[in-house]
Amino acid sequence: MATTASVALKRRKTRHVLPGFGLTLGYTMVYLSLLVLIPLSAVFIRSVGSGWGHFWEVVTAPRVLASLRLSFGASLVAASINVVFGLIVSWVLVRYTFPFKRFIDGMVDLPFALPTAVAGIALTALYAPNGWLGVWLAPLGLNVAFTPVGIVVALTFIGLPFVVRTLQPVLEELDKEVEQAAASLGASPLQAFCRVIFPALWPALLTGFALAFARAIGEYGSVIFIAGNMPMRSEIAPLLIVSKLEQYDYAGATAIAVVMLVLSFAIMFGINALQNWASSRHGER
Amino acid sequence: MGRWLLIVTALLFLCVFLVLPLLAVFAQALAKGFEAYYLAIMAPMAWAAVKLTLLVAAIAVPLNLIFGVAAAWAIAKFNFRGKSALITLIDLPFAVSPVIAGMIFILVFGTHGWFGGSLRAHHIRVVFAVPGIVLATLFVTFPFIARELIPVMQSQGKDDEETALSLGATGWQTFWRVTLPNIRWGLLYGVLLCNARAMGEFGAVSVVSGHIRGVTNTMPLHVEILYNEYNYTAAFAVASLLALLALLTLAGKSILEWRQPELRHAVRMPRDRTRRA
Repeated sequence: MATTASVALKRRKTRHVLPGFGLTLGYTMVYLSLLVLIPLSAVFIRSVGSGWGHFWEVVTAPRVLASLRLSFGASLVAASINVVFGLIVSWVLVRYTFPFKRFIDGMVDLPFALPTAVAGIALTALYAPNGWLGVWLAPLGLNVAFTPVGIVVALTFIGLPFVVRTLQPVLEELDKEVEQAAASLGASPLQAFCRVIFPALWPALLTGFALAFARAIGEYGSVIFIAGNMPMRSEIAPLLIVSKLEQYDYAGATAIAVVMLVLSFAIMFGINALQNWASSRHGER
Repeated sequence: MGRWLLIVTALLFLCVFLVLPLLAVFAQALAKGFEAYYLAIMAPMAWAAVKLTLLVAAIAVPLNLIFGVAAAWAIAKFNFRGKSALITLIDLPFAVSPVIAGMIFILVFGTHGWFGGSLRAHHIRVVFAVPGIVLATLFVTFPFIARELIPVMQSQGKDDEETALSLGATGWQTFWRVTLPNIRWGLLYGVLLCNARAMGEFGAVSVVSGHIRGVTNTMPLHVEILYNEYNYTAAFAVASLLALLALLTLAGKSILEWRQPELRHAVRMPRDRTRRA
């Protein structure tokens, strides 16, 4: 009896032999609560305070619905473009060698490092009717700046690294021999891609898509310069929040924020679940 | 054949979406010659913006660094219930739109906010003042250093620390002499990324700043004001400083990744790495 107690005591002592658990976890919880959890809860508490009727009235207003539709629609298109080109870019970076490859690989992170306002004015300068690219596109009848197309361009810019950086490690781990085996068994490159490579890649593709999509929904700085910001046409949801705040319409701003937060959190939990599932599948093999 | 087609497609895409915008910043900044560029950068308002940006980063980065080290120590060195939930909560600010990140501090500290009345009674301004800008910056850069350090500390285990302790070192000695040297590259990496975001943040800071010239304008906000006044040369001149900061960040990041290849994927899939480690 006494020996089991002392063994238990010993085990408890050795389990936490490193000091500082209470201090660091306590500090983490306090800092997290003060800076993130309590301020974020203000959005939900405020919107509950204004009542369900008001919430519904704000969220179903035509201008709000149009902005949400635009934010989600443009983000969906931009994330899809990123999946296609992100796959090509990461494939090329992992599989082939060419001059300046390391430099180009480093540049992929530019949208992470470049302040969004700088990206916004730079893209606007490029795609304005007299800009380097706008000059060529305008005669084709393609107006990018100050239209929803411009929003998609800005969101594609900021989402690119998410897809490339999610795909790269998976592609690096992918065995080249499997493809070679498929080819030696008579598969065409397209067949090899569809049957062998894609099944291994799609969880990462979907994760990259979701990350780019989630980032795009909330994006503000890079979009507002190029969007034109016309109500009902090119006004994104985050901008509508800002203009409601400027009019001191806090109840209206929180209502839109709640919709966006709930959807963003849902995407985040979806990504988590997907990664858990993918890594458990990875472990089984 | 197919291979070169893919390479050309990838390079064209990157050229249009990454290289051209970057070149456009510098081309527009220098469009009216070096003298106009120099004058725009040397303008007093531009300097006030640079100083405020440096001040905000100098407060926000160290605070998030202390938090990041504490969180990584608790998460990487100990097992406890709710650990994965805690990691998810630390990542939360990444899922929040910058605009909402600014708004929450107006809801808490604004005139009609939770503490608005008592703050006004003591003549303390948080929103539309520097403290609000710092808070918003702290929020958006919150996860950067923690999520960088957690996988680094996890992969190192706790054998080194336990050895130091058994040889008679105190907890603090162990941390300063053993843990810190082990994680220094990961730490630097996190600080680099955190700093880039802190100096470049626009949306969150824009909401809480109130756009008071020379007082609450950070560099990105100053770029917006100049741009909206059609003062394009000056706007792009200040923007070019931020673009240089971005290029320096990327260069530093590449150097660190070259020194410590395992840092490369830490940013990308923190959760995945955590599980595998």
